[in-house]
Amino acid sequence: MKEKRIVINENKTNRRVAYNKIGRVLFFLSTAFGMIVLATLLIRIFTQGIGYLNWNFLTNYASRRPEDAGIKAAIAGTVWVMGITIPVSLILGVGTAIYLEEYAPRNRLTRFIELNISNLAGVPSVVFGLLGLTVFVRFFAMGRSILAGGLTMSLLILPIIVVAAKEAIRSIPQEQYEAAYAMGATKWQIIRTVVLPAATPGILTGAILSLSRAVGETASLLMIGAMAFIAYLPDSIYSSFTVLPIQIFNWAGRPQAAFQAVAAAGSIVLLVILILMNSLAIVIRNKYTKRY
Amino acid sequence: MRMNKSMKYGTILSMALLLAACGNETADGGNTEDTGSEDTETEGTAEEGTGDISGSVQIDGSSTVFPILEAVGEEFSIAYPDVQATIGISGTGGGMERFIAGETDIANASRPMKDEEAELLEEAGIEFTEFQIALDGLSVVVNSENDWVDYLTLEELAMIWLDSSDVETWADVREGWPDEEILLFSPGTDSGTYDYFDEVILDGEQIDRQATLSEDDNVLVQGTAGSLNGLAYFGYAYYAENQDTVKIVPIENSEGEAVTPDDQTVQDGSYEPLSRPLFIYVRNDSVSEDDAVYEFTKYTLEMAGEMASEVGYVALDDAIYEENLELLESLR
Repeated sequence: MKEKRIVINENKTNRRVAYNKIGRVLFFLSTAFGMIVLATLLIRIFTQGIGYLNWNFLTNYASRRPEDAGIKAAIAGTVWVMGITIPVSLILGVGTAIYLEEYAPRNRLTRFIELNISNLAGVPSVVFGLLGLTVFVRFFAMGRSILAGGLTMSLLILPIIVVAAKEAIRSIPQEQYEAAYAMGATKWQIIRTVVLPAATPGILTGAILSLSRAVGETASLLMIGAMAFIAYLPDSIYSSFTVLPIQIFNWAGRPQAAFQAVAAAGSIVLLVILILMNSLAIVIRNKYTKRY
Repeated sequence: MRMNKSMKYGTILSMALLLAACGNETADGGNTEDTGSEDTETEGTAEEGTGDISGSVQIDGSSTVFPILEAVGEEFSIAYPDVQATIGISGTGGGMERFIAGETDIANASRPMKDEEAELLEEAGIEFTEFQIALDGLSVVVNSENDWVDYLTLEELAMIWLDSSDVETWADVREGWPDEEILLFSPGTDSGTYDYFDEVILDGEQIDRQATLSEDDNVLVQGTAGSLNGLAYFGYAYYAENQDTVKIVPIENSEGEAVTPDDQTVQDGSYEPLSRPLFIYVRNDSVSEDDAVYEFTKYTLEMAGEMASEVGYVALDDAIYEENLELLESLR
């Protein structure tokens, strides 16, 4: 009787230990899989592209000769588009989040809106491209301009910014509000002096992460018609433009093997920009986040 | 009520901020534009002659023709630094749509304009001129290890590619060839290349449903290079760059000769019917009224032959470019 119970326990223990081992191996493999794919990609891009990466590559326009090809117009285009996207998406996104968190009544309509905003974050970017093409390019007759591209991109990342900003606002403790109310503050005063300062690090982190998605975004801008050869710098928001990922995409489809290497060099530049942006997000999060 | 009021303020506030942001951007843009044109004037007088034209040229259309126009555009931007030439890649059909909508001055096309496109242009009141600028030889290729295919006739090509035929293996095509299934790779249905193949070989019928279609021609090259029984077709430039990984198939022309595409056979027309002309369509009023468009078109016609060979296409006979230039002059 007594012996049997010990045997059962041992079986159970062995099984638990075995499960643990299996789990450990499985989870290690999942991590390793991602790391190996990433490493392969990085190694390939760097060995291919590093030869074409020099100062001229940054200061030349695109060219039919791979050794002369550069990304000046693409970088300028990316910067101009971001110049539209950053203010528009931040103002609209944070505005929406403040309204939903602070002013909107807690009813079904609000919940419905919030649910839809979260859903919008998962809509494929091509769909936003189609929307931009129909609404901005055609209906508002903005043409295939930086303005149309920037606004489309703003729509694309707006849901992500709204969600991030809402989370940041929601994480502010209720005591802070109560303290402010006790002082006789109005809602707007609370937003200005309590909510925004406390939520800024969270909002910025979310915003930078979503902007780095926008920097690497191709599909929606392809719909807007940003796939183009441009040998001049944009001079207004109504200029035609191209952006870095589209220039890379363009080169990758060329018959000449050398252009694949140029595409790889472009990818390195894009990766560096993205890493810089993401590091900035991490710095902001670590340095300015208040812990209550 | 109170909630509504604050809601209103919130909305007004964010709208105002948005407008302010937009307004600022526009103002900045306007300023830079002004300084831009001042530069134009000073540079123009300094350089005397060629560089004194400013303006913009909108070009869009075929991705096949794009490399030629990109090369022309690159040289043009050096000769005329103040002209902003934008060369888009919307595909032949997409470029035509924009041309019909009046958004572009020049449409480039890897096939002749369709009748319905010409009708729409007439309805829109847009007069245009067609210029042929180069030739492309659609190249049919197989795996480089494939040692049985010596040439193919047009009928055989049609049998292989049509969905309705029951040719599945090489042995079905010709006796003595291996009894292995043929793996087909074709450009995507949006491309002018597919359109042209459709017209000449498929005759509007369904392409073999087993075929792998890709908009990226490099995928077709890799597919053929990677499978012994692969068969693909694409523009000459993609074959020219991958001669060591795929093998070209001579195609029997209407005179019964099996011809391989190269500069010579494509230019003199003996590689037919798979040689296709590449075009630009230019708005007549843009040419006569806008110096920038006129100069760009002239530059294109002067340079197209040289640039075409450089990027992997075949130049036309010099006489045709001269005729084209005369035609252009008559539009002024």
